[in-house]
Amino acid sequence: MTNELREFFAMGGYGLFVWSSYGLTALLLVGNLVLAVRRERRVIRELSRRLPVGAGHDPA
Amino acid sequence: MTPRRRRMLTIGLLIAGMALATGLILQAFEQNLMYFYSPADIAAGKAPPDRDFRIGGMVVEGSVQRDPQSLAVTFELTDYQHQTTVQYTGILPDLFREGQGIVAHGRLDAAGQFKAREVLAKHDENYMPPEVAASLKKAPPGVRP
Amino acid sequence: MFKTLHKYASPMHFHALARRWSTPLLWLSAVLFAAGLAGGLVMAPADYQQGESFRIIYVHVPSAWLSMFAYMVMAGAGAVSLIWRVKLMDALARAAAPLGASFTALALATGSLWGKPMWGTWWVWDARLTSELLLLFLYLGYMALQSAIDDRRAAARAGAVLAVVGVVNIPIIHYSVEWWSTLHQPATITRLGAPAMATSMLIPLLLMALAFQLLFFALLFIRARSELLEFEQRSLWVRELLGQGSPR
Repeated sequence: MTNELREFFAMGGYGLFVWSSYGLTALLLVGNLVLAVRRERRVIRELSRRLPVGAGHDPA
Repeated sequence: MTPRRRRMLTIGLLIAGMALATGLILQAFEQNLMYFYSPADIAAGKAPPDRDFRIGGMVVEGSVQRDPQSLAVTFELTDYQHQTTVQYTGILPDLFREGQGIVAHGRLDAAGQFKAREVLAKHDENYMPPEVAASLKKAPPGVRP
Repeated sequence: MFKTLHKYASPMHFHALARRWSTPLLWLSAVLFAAGLAGGLVMAPADYQQGESFRIIYVHVPSAWLSMFAYMVMAGAGAVSLIWRVKLMDALARAAAPLGASFTALALATGSLWGKPMWGTWWVWDARLTSELLLLFLYLGYMALQSAIDDRRAAARAGAVLAVVGVVNIPIIHYSVEWWSTLHQPATITRLGAPAMATSMLIPLLLMALAFQLLFFALLFIRARSELLEFEQRSLWVRELLGQGSPR
């Protein structure tokens, strides 16, 4: 690792705080996306199972 | 009045009522919402005499005296109206420096000096590179620590 | 104009709109994130006081702004739904709550990680931090209410009342640093007056804020789609949509 890179990751001695902030942010943003997409898939799967096309009124 | 207008009015009144109630509560607890007192408050006798409280202000330039043997430090705190002497033993935050705003937690002793148990640094809302800060000739000090 | 508005307030049309826009919004947000990260982590100079630690601002401030913006979406949608009984608004409010809660938690966590090295403490009970914590509890209360009440419309109505009542906390968060003495500093970027920040540091912050904002809308659209399908599960358009095979 070059000196410049090492310096970049050290963040002037605040590396732990800076990188945990960015790591947490990345985790939360990606997690939000994954959860939202998974929820939509689950809703679609359940509704298609519960509501066959052409069926009458189906009390949920 | 249509039902819709009635609902609109209800919600308007609900928000207005909440705002009023919250405003009154905040007014009543004004003292507790203040995170710290200023040296001027202490000079005016507003600070509690026999209880821990927080004091906030600027560290006076050239006033920091460190004990070479221990972590004890003494400095003057100002709000540009009054000054209070603060004594503290312990590790200071990275941002602690002369001319910097700080908040100390502790109590006043009989001599009117503030014995701090904890010192926190308070920074301002300005962000700039060091070169810019250096070229900005000593800006007039803000009153807010 | 009013006709268009009315059209998109229909669950079916909004669902179609949300399907069309979520992916482009995600890509646009990703591009802005790349630019904002390069600007914030590499190009922006270190701060004269806080050194490199100030770079936490690029994730802290956008998430704090969003934490309040999401609440305004939730409370605004709640109010419209209470007055005009628009189903779409119930779906939007329900979709905004978990997003707002997560951005509030992120603002609190990154603030803590910034407070420790600079202030010397992870947490203080000053007016700014306490009112932001209250915001998190408002979101959690709303979500608890949604899962506790089985009837979807009753849950939406109860949640809307809670959201509307809690909206008084938003100006308190915003003005806390001016009304009372706090450890948290006052706002750097205000509507009036020039921002108290060098341009080279400000541009990445605005890029990151926009990236967060677009990502929020993309996530809101995806979540609102699920809500709309559930709300409208008995209507013809949902049956037709599901009959055509699962839309991705």
